[in-house]
Amino acid sequence: MMLIPCPWCGPRNETEFHYGGQADVSYPAEPQQLSDADWARFLFYRANPKGIFTERWNHQAGCRRWFTIRRDTTTNEIFQDDSHEAVTR
Amino acid sequence: MAELHGESPLAARTETLADSSVPGALQLSEVAFTAQVALRVDPKSPAAERIGTAVGTMLPNQPGQVARTEQLQILWMGPDEWLLVGPEGSAERIQATLTEALGEEHGSVVDVSGNRTIVEVTGPKSRELLAKGCALDLHRRSFASDQCAQTLLARAGVVLLCRDTERPSFWIFVRASFARYLADWLADAAAEYRV
Repeated sequence: MMLIPCPWCGPRNETEFHYGGQADVSYPAEPQQLSDADWARFLFYRANPKGIFTERWNHQAGCRRWFTIRRDTTTNEIFQDDSHEAVTR
Repeated sequence: MAELHGESPLAARTETLADSSVPGALQLSEVAFTAQVALRVDPKSPAAERIGTAVGTMLPNQPGQVARTEQLQILWMGPDEWLLVGPEGSAERIQATLTEALGEEHGSVVDVSGNRTIVEVTGPKSRELLAKGCALDLHRRSFASDQCAQTLLARAGVVLLCRDTERPSFWIFVRASFARYLADWLADAAAEYRV
């Protein structure tokens, strides 16, 4: 069980959260200009790194707020902000 | 035509809860028909301040904080969201007060009295009972009186409110549709305290 630090409620069990995928995927500025391939790239293509991944989570069973954390996908260590020290594991 | 009558979500479990209570250790009962109003407003806006003045206490700004007035308990539900709990029948009055104080500013006031009912758990064993289905640290050091938390209890989404630390007393706000399940779970969890 991962302990995920909600910026509002503090560390809570993983079961209270909903995963939101990769963070910082911005909506295209001019979607009508996009080719089908580029549109598909925006919609479906996501990074899948082995290591640190910036991702969105929603504290569904708690304050229901979205937030961003960085998680090491191999160890599940979680980092907040730009700190290199793991908050929880 | 059938005669219409209203009953609380746990009316069918009144006996279950009473039978599960253990004198001196644990008391379980439903607190039915409380007035509950959901408020959303920017905590830094003048409206939030006006609402604070109107209800008689500032809106709590710390996660899990609860403010109290004579009639109301105001639970922190999110950085811009609160739940006001008052006595039966006061929902309209609370709503009117909040709506007036909110004025033209961006925000919302909704009567959610029908959303959740409340199970009251009191007695020295109540912490132990809740800990069976709740991952939060309920020790008085980290979950003291006038604190609330939204979490899962026996996999059901609830709002826990600690009313008193000295003589442990908790309110569990649970959605009407989950209430009977939770009452049954509580009854099962409380069975071991019956001698």
